[in-house]
Formats: sequence, C-alpha cells, structure tokens
Amino acid sequence: MGLLSDPNRRKALTSLLTRLNTPICVVCYLAGIAWFMGLAFEPFTLRTYMSENAMGSTMVEERFPAGERALATAREFAAHKRKVGGMPVEWLVKTMQARGLEVFTQSFTRTLPFPDENKERYMVRGTNIYGILRAPRAPRTEALVLSAPCSPDNSNNQAVGLLLGLAQYFRSQIYWAKDIIFLVNEHDLIGMQAWLEGYHHTNITGMDYTPLQGRAGSIQAALSLELSSDVITSLDLVLEGLNGQLPNLDLANLFHAFCQKIGVLCTIQGKLQRGDWDTAEGYTHAVQTMMLMVLKQASGRPWGDHGLFLRYHIEAASVRGINSFRQYKTDATTIGRLLEGMFRKLNNLLERLHQSYFFYLMPSLTHFVSIGYYMPAFGLLATILLLRALDLWVQLGTPAQVTEDGAGEVEPVSINNQGVLSVLTPVVISHLTGVALYTLPVLSQETAVEHFPVSETEAVVLTAIAIYTAGLALPHNTHRFISGEGTEQGWRVLKLVALLYLAVLLGCTALINFSLGFILAITLVPAAACVTPHMPKALTALAMVLLSPGCTLLYCVFIFQELQEAPVTLPEGWMLFLSVISQGILDHSLYGSLVYPLLALLIYPCWLLLWNILFWK
Amino acid sequence: MIFLKSSISTRWFWAPSAAPSSAAVSLPDSCEEELLIRPLHSGDIYASFQFRTLWDTDFLHQGKKVSHYRLFPKSLGQVLSKFSVRELHISFTQGYWRTMQWGQPIVPSPPGAELWVWFHNTVADVDGNWKELTNVLSGIFCASLNFIDSTNTVQPSASFKPLGLGNATDHRFLRYATLPREIVCTENLTPWKKLLPCGSKAGLAVLMKSEKLFHSSFHSQAVHIRPVCKDWQCSSTAWELRQTLNVVFDLYTSGQGKKEWSLFKMFSRTLTEACPLASSSKVYVDVTDNPEGELFDLSPATSVLNTAVVLGDRRTYSVYDLTQKETFGQLRSLNLVLRWKGESDMLRPLLHAERYVAGFGLQTGEIHTLIYNNHPYRAFPVLLLDSVPWYLRLYIHTLTVTSKTRENKPSYIHYQPSKDRLRPHLLEMLVQLPPHSVTEVTVQFERALLKWTEYTPDPNHGFYVGSSVISALVPSVVAMDTNNTQERPLFSSFFPTKEESSYFVRVYTEPLLVNLPTPDFSMPYNVICLTCTVVAVGYGSFYNLLTRTFQVEEPSQPLAKRLANVIRRIRGVPLL
Repeated sequence: MGLLSDPNRRKALTSLLTRLNTPICVVCYLAGIAWFMGLAFEPFTLRTYMSENAMGSTMVEERFPAGERALATAREFAAHKRKVGGMPVEWLVKTMQARGLEVFTQSFTRTLPFPDENKERYMVRGTNIYGILRAPRAPRTEALVLSAPCSPDNSNNQAVGLLLGLAQYFRSQIYWAKDIIFLVNEHDLIGMQAWLEGYHHTNITGMDYTPLQGRAGSIQAALSLELSSDVITSLDLVLEGLNGQLPNLDLANLFHAFCQKIGVLCTIQGKLQRGDWDTAEGYTHAVQTMMLMVLKQASGRPWGDHGLFLRYHIEAASVRGINSFRQYKTDATTIGRLLEGMFRKLNNLLERLHQSYFFYLMPSLTHFVSIGYYMPAFGLLATILLLRALDLWVQLGTPAQVTEDGAGEVEPVSINNQGVLSVLTPVVISHLTGVALYTLPVLSQETAVEHFPVSETEAVVLTAIAIYTAGLALPHNTHRFISGEGTEQGWRVLKLVALLYLAVLLGCTALINFSLGFILAITLVPAAACVTPHMPKALTALAMVLLSPGCTLLYCVFIFQELQEAPVTLPEGWMLFLSVISQGILDHSLYGSLVYPLLALLIYPCWLLLWNILFWK
Repeated sequence: MIFLKSSISTRWFWAPSAAPSSAAVSLPDSCEEELLIRPLHSGDIYASFQFRTLWDTDFLHQGKKVSHYRLFPKSLGQVLSKFSVRELHISFTQGYWRTMQWGQPIVPSPPGAELWVWFHNTVADVDGNWKELTNVLSGIFCASLNFIDSTNTVQPSASFKPLGLGNATDHRFLRYATLPREIVCTENLTPWKKLLPCGSKAGLAVLMKSEKLFHSSFHSQAVHIRPVCKDWQCSSTAWELRQTLNVVFDLYTSGQGKKEWSLFKMFSRTLTEACPLASSSKVYVDVTDNPEGELFDLSPATSVLNTAVVLGDRRTYSVYDLTQKETFGQLRSLNLVLRWKGESDMLRPLLHAERYVAGFGLQTGEIHTLIYNNHPYRAFPVLLLDSVPWYLRLYIHTLTVTSKTRENKPSYIHYQPSKDRLRPHLLEMLVQLPPHSVTEVTVQFERALLKWTEYTPDPNHGFYVGSSVISALVPSVVAMDTNNTQERPLFSSFFPTKEESSYFVRVYTEPLLVNLPTPDFSMPYNVICLTCTVVAVGYGSFYNLLTRTFQVEEPSQPLAKRLANVIRRIRGVPLL
C-alpha cells in the first residue's frame, strides 16, 4: 500500500478513478449481473457432496412395510376430521397413545393484527398434538421432529396417516438414539410458531399458548411432511425459511441421496433437474430454478412449516409430495421408506449438522453455489456505491486541495455549519416517514375502515401504499426551512451520506440474506449512482420511481409468477402485489420476519434521500 | 479371583446339603441375593436385582490391616482401607427413569455415572484422596471416572446424608460428582459382575446376559458400600456391599407388543439354582395390583406371599425361594411367566420433576426446573441440588421460585458461585411444595466462550449439565417400618427410615444438553491467513496513513549542482 502513502501516486490513482468513474461503474454493474447469471451455469457450480461423516458412510436399511395401513389411517383421520369439523384431538391422542407414544397437547390462540384474506383467518384458536417416542436408554437430551400440518380443508390427510404409520413402525425398533417427536400442528405456521415458542419457553410474537408438558431435550433436526394424495409422482424439497435462513446443505444432500437410492423423482422449486446443461434450454432451466430460490429467499417468509425451526438453530426442511400427470407413480410405502432412511441417518448424527454450508443457492438438487461464489456478484454492485462516494469525496475536497495537499482533512470544516443541518434534516424526515410507513397501516386500519368502503386488509395495504406515495411529496427541499437555499455542495454531501448509508445497509442485508440484498442492489444501485439535481426532472423522477423498492417488489411478483409458469395479467398481478404486502406485514407480526421493517424503516428512507437529491434546489 | 473360585468349590464339597442360614451364622461373612419383578402399568416390566454382601470387619476403628477376604471383593476392600472411605455410592445408568410411567424406582440414579463418597473424618487431604479414588475406581469399573475433577465435584451441604451408620454432618468430608455423558455398556457390566460372590456362574446372576440387559429401555447398575449394624442393638458393625442392577424391558421393542413376559423372554435364560454361597436367594413378583389374579396370570403359582412397605405403599409379593428344591419343579428350572389379562390405570407418582433449557441463540438462556407435588392435600419440603458447570454463568439474582403463580421463598439456600475452570456452581435450596402444585425454579445464564483447547472433540454436540437432584421426605400413606435391622426384602431396606409418617425419595431430572458458541474448527488455517493479511495490509497501511503527515520533498539536486555547492561551501560563497 505504498501506493496510498505516496501523494503523487495517490493523486494519480484518485484522478484515474474520478476520470474513469462512470465507465468503471457501468462495467461493474454489468459484470455483477453477468456474474450472477453465470452462477447457474453448471461448469461454474460445485457438485453437492455429503460432508457429515456420520451420515455419509454409514448404511441403513429401509424396511418400512406399512404404507397401505398408513393410508387407511389417513382415511380414518379424514373421516374423524369431517365429523369433528376441525382437528380430531381426541382421536389423535388415542391413536398416538395406542402406538406407544407419550402424547401431549397444546392449545393456542392468536388474534391477527388484521384479517388474513388469503387464508381467511382472524381469530385463530387451535390445538397442537404431539407424541414423543422415547428412545431406549437415552437420557432425553436430543430429539428429532417429524411434523405434519393438519389443514382445515381436505388436503394433507395422507401426511398425518403416514406420520402415524411411521410412529408405529419406529416404536418397535431398538436402534433409536434420539427421541422422536411426532407433531401434528393446526393452522400451519401459527400452530408451529406456538409449539416452538412453547417448547423453548419464549414469547417473541405475543402468542397466547398453554405451556408444554413433555419435552425431549434439544432438537437436532426436523422434517415437515406435506402429502395430499395416495400416490405421488415426485417429492419437492423446500428449504427457504424465515428471513431467508437456510438449513445446512447436508440436509438437502441427505434427501437427494435417499431419493436416488430409493428411486423417487425429486425436485427443488418444483423443477426437475435436466441433464443438458450445455444447451440454452438447460441453462435457462437452471437459471429459473435458481431465480426462484433467490426470490423465495428474498421474501424472508417461511415457505413451509420447517421455516420457523431455523430461528432455533434446528436444521429443518419440508418434503412436499406432488402428484402430476406423469406416468410413474410412487406409493406411500416408498415415501415411508425414504423418511425412515432419512431419520435413521439423522439418528446417527453425533453432532448437530454443521459440516456443510449454511449459505448457498441451488440451481439444481445436485449442484450448489456457495457463498464464496455468489458474493462477488453483490460485491461488484456494492463497489459502484463506493466508487461514486469516492468520486464525490474528491469533488468535495477539490477546492481545499489548493491550499493543502492531504485530500480530506480540511474539507469537513467547509460543510460544517450549514452542511450538517442540511444533511440531517432530510435524513430525519425521511426516517420519520419510514416510521410512519411501519406503524400507521396497522394502527389506522379502524379509522380507514370507518371512512372508506374497504375491508381491514385492504385498508392496511392501501394505507401503506398511500404513505409510501405521500413520502414522495413530503421531504422536498426540507433543508431549505433550516439552512436557506440549498447549495451545490449541500446535495453532494447529502448524496455522499446516502451512498455510504445505502452501501452499509445493502452490505449488511446481503450478509444475512444475500438474495434480498442483491435484488435491492440491482434497482437501488443505478438510482443511487446516477441521481443529481441537474437532470431532466420529469424523466428522472419517473426512472427513480420505477427503481424504488416498492416497484422492485412489483417486478418480483411478476417475475416470480413468470418463473413458476403461471403468468398473470396486470390487474391480477396488482392484486397479487397487494396481497404480498399484506402477507409481508402479517409475517412480520406473526413470525417476526424482518423484511417489512427493513424495507419500511431503512431502505425506503434511504431511497427518499436520493429522491430528495433529485429535487434539490 | 483365584481365591474366590476355590472358595466356591470348597463350599460345594464340604457343605452340599447344609442349610444356608446355619452356614451363614457360622461364617463371618454372608451374602444374599434377590430379584424383584414388577409389572408396570405401561406394559413394560421392571426387574431389579440386589446382591448384598456383609463383611464382618472393623478395620476403620482399630486401624489394623485386613488381608483376608472371603466374600467381599478384595479390590473394593483395599480401596476402602487405603482411602479411608466411610461410605461409597457409585451408579452407572444408561437411560432416564420415566417416573410418570413407571412410578418410583427402587434405587434411583441419574443418567450417566454418579459417584458420592463420605470420607472418614480423620482424612487430612480429602481432595487428594478423592482424586486418587476416582482414578482407582475408573480402573475397577472400566469407566471414565478419571474425568471427575474439581470442575465437576461439589460438596452438597444437605442433600446427601450418609445412608449407613454414623451421623456425619460435616460436608467437608463429602464429595459428589456426576458424569452425565458417561455411556454404560458391557465393559462396565463385566467388572461389576466380577464383584459378585458367585460371579455370573450361578444364582440369579446367570440371568445377566448383556445382549438382553442392553436390549432394554433403562439400564442401571450400582455399587453401594456403607457400614451397618449387625443386630438391632448395634453391638457390632459390618461393611455392607450392595450391588443393584435395574432394568426395564420395553413392551414394544422387547415384548413385540404382547403383554406377556417370562424370565426366558426377558433374559433368554431360566433359573436353575441359587448361588451356593448365598444365605438367601429369592425372587419376588409384585402382585399388589393383582390380588385375585384379574390383572395377570402368574405361573408357576406360589403360595408364599410377603408384604413389605415400599415407598410409602404396602405391597404384596409372591416369593420364590431358590434355596428350596421344590421351587424349580419337575423341569428343574424356574421360568416365571406373566400374562396380562386386563388394563390398569396409571398411578401418578407423588413427586416428579423435569428440567429444560429455555430460550434460543447462543448468548443467554434460562434453566427451568419443574417440581410436581401430586399429593392431594399434603405439602412437603424438598431439597433441590443443582450443580452447573462454570461455562454456564448463572445469574443468581434472576433465581425465582414460583408455585401456583405465587412466589415461594425457599427457607434455605446454599449457593457457592463457580470459579472459571476451577469449580462449578452449587445451588441447594429447601423448598416447600404446596399440595397438588407445580413449583417452577428458573435461573438465567450466559454462555461463556471457551478457550479453543477447552472444547471437546465434538463441540457441536453440545455440553452436558448434570441432573438436578431432588431429595424429599414424602408423606406416607401407610406407617413406615422404622426397625432397620429386622429381616426384610433387600429392596425395601435401602434407604433407612427414621420416622413412620414419611419415606425418603430421591428424584433426578434429565440432564441438559447446551450448545456453546463454537468456532468453526475446520478452517483455522484460513482464519489465520485471512487475519494476518487483513492486519498486515489493511490495518498497517491505514495506520500509516493516519499517523503520518506527508510533505512534498524537494526533488533531489543533480550531481553537478551538488558538486558546485560543495565547492562553493569551501570557497565560502552562498550556495546555489
């Protein structure tokens, strides 16, 4: 780094960076996007491999015989469910007890902040039932969980039937070293949240539940089973959990290994793997699969019941049975054998799953992109922010340079008096707007319902959008109230602050949830890099709005639908967009998802700062 | 060992038909063996072996050396005399006793290994003796007792009173340690069996085949040594060695789901003889719930019944005396068969407890201990003992005890804070349990960061916290038998009873498995490289930039000019 110590060379370097700033930024942006798109190209990715020794080399034999009986139990369960009109608690308790489990129940109630129109629920009241298979000669320190949600409609009965069948079979085996908890949770994620909070005796989300009576030590791994038909064509693995957390890659490897061994078609993101990576179609397929994972991860919501386990450092995944029009069908016995094999391997674990990756993307089940490979894509985008910041810094320091050689020592003095205030005011005001966006929609729903002919959910979503739009008008030229006319230097300082703020924000986000950070960077970075007050106002304003976080969300909705091969028209997409907003707010209050507060309290105010620069006078 | 074998053979030669009781009187030592079989309500079956060897010697009082051993194992006798042990209790357990389903055990024990020793009050260096003793016992029992050191040893002030003679109260001579992680298997069973007078060659011990004993839900083996009175006046004392082995066979995995048990099905052996050295050899079957034979069939039937007061309950037992020839019948072997006919209700045990860690994340947590008093109208006090390793830093100011949503102030608290890497936390409390209530004891803790050499080879497995111990005098429904010297089945005389209205119970909670913040040990090289690079390149140069001031140096003068200046200086003319 003698480069920086030598003033002449430093000057040469900075002048190079300043002179070529725009081209370098453009190159960085394109390179970042290209790098990201290249991640799905098979030769650039790594093959998955089992890292955990305890699961890799040991062989287990799957002998589960009773698939037909499990389906009969499922039918019985369905009949009882219909009779009771909900979760057949008594029947389940009795059935589990007859299979030699220690059975406990937990009831819970939760009032949602506003009605959930997707799932049609508001005041939720339910019961979780779980049976513990006590491992012989084990001191109740470790456990595995197999869960099946009990849904109000007629789906997922087969999962409960298979769960009970496996419980009966597992009970008569001597080899268990960890207790196994068989959990049937009502109201899917809400029930799961209640059970997990009860098990760990915490209360993060204001759930009202009865304390658990039986426990089995620290849970090592969990699988959630979703199965709605007697035969299936393929099994789908769902990994994305709360706040974009992923289970250890070994869990995915384990699933894939057993699908291979038993001969079950397995998918991820509902997409089968293709062999032809060298053709355009094969590559597009891999990109689609990876993009779906990125979008799901970025959403920060749990995409299956397993998603909530991850917060408690429990590796978990959902296994979803899919019955399509394919010829080759797999019966319940085979799925039972697959789960048996997975549980026996998990039972062999000596330590928690920790050997393999926790940060990865999967373009297919056999290939993965590790954090070391995907981070440069984000790094290239983040570099743009730093380069622009450097450019501004040099520009701000230029008049000072005449008197003294060091680049930045004197120049804070020049912006000190009016500068701090002129920067602080927009920062404070845009953050207050963010706070309003975060708190008001839920708080003001009653007022909104009184005055407008809308439902509570619509009220919340529309209030959010209204505040979001109102924020565009609000903070213009706020600096003028305090410091008079905005100066040329003023907006530069503000932009410098906004750039660094955005860089820190996106950097931190990408470390926790790469997908979210990257998607936000794709739209926010060009906006942040280009915006100045000297551009054609109308056109730039339009571009800025199109690059705002809200619009990013809208594009994501459309892209997601497109990738899922269920394209939507504009009005449908708009409705979907509204429901995504309401789901985001609900996820935050029900499960503690952090995407909504992140967007409302940090990203949106940051974008407002950029907006403010555009209208600087 | 050689000596033991020869003693067996001599007995067979010279006293084949002598009545065992008379032989026991004439010889100084004696031994008894018994097996208690209790069908459990869950359909499982509980088998409890007890072997008692009495050793008539008094070396502690006279200080003389004892070199003659008959029935008492020499290895243990030497340990007793060398380390001046007054009382020694050691148990190895694989599994957790499910109090809610199985009721109270005859001899309670925590999962893993437990060792508590009272030393004689003449011992000067108790810690030194304790250290050596654990290492010796580690060799005798093929167990990792050598991992007992000051970081997991405590001196409970009230929970562990001597069970034998004497009323020592100075807990400086008591040491208590548990190893919750200890795995018990056949390598621990073999040395244990070798301590028996007949080994596993004859008597009840032939049933102890490890492939069956370890095909069970619960396995616990223990050795208890204590001084006892020989008669009711206590005119002379003897050492008692009590070896117990408790097994619970599972209805589903061992019994194929059929409620039908036999000695052969449990142990894959039948009984053919008593241990020739034993003065008494009996099999008891608990038939309390089955007075008319409506719950299960027991065959062969026996008319000999025995009642004993066990754990606050008067219970009836069918007795099979193996010293009598007719017990074995025509086939010359005894194979007890229990066939269930009906269902029975489960009895809730009066006292049970459970424990768990609450919270998530790797920084803090909370230990919750729940103690249930299921007695409908009687309150009783319990002593709770918690020994927590130092790397869980207990915040003792957060200790709360609540019963029925109200604060329940303990009447006695003994807390010894931990010292990092030296000793664990010790918390003892006397808590009054209201009738029909749950008492919750919570305390928060912080997880310490260990030094990198202090992690176990499998750090991601987690770290164990031993069971808490709850000792209580539970109000008894029936009058307890306070005469401790009278002839009674062995299983009913383990804990001495001092008063008629209550009986002593010890309950262990489950151990805890706690994850500590763990570095990624697989990449120290990467970390070292990265750190060094960052420090050298990044930090160094920035530090350099921040601390130095830079000035533009005059470009160096050309050689000709310098030469000219030298000449000018010599001439005394101003420089160029």
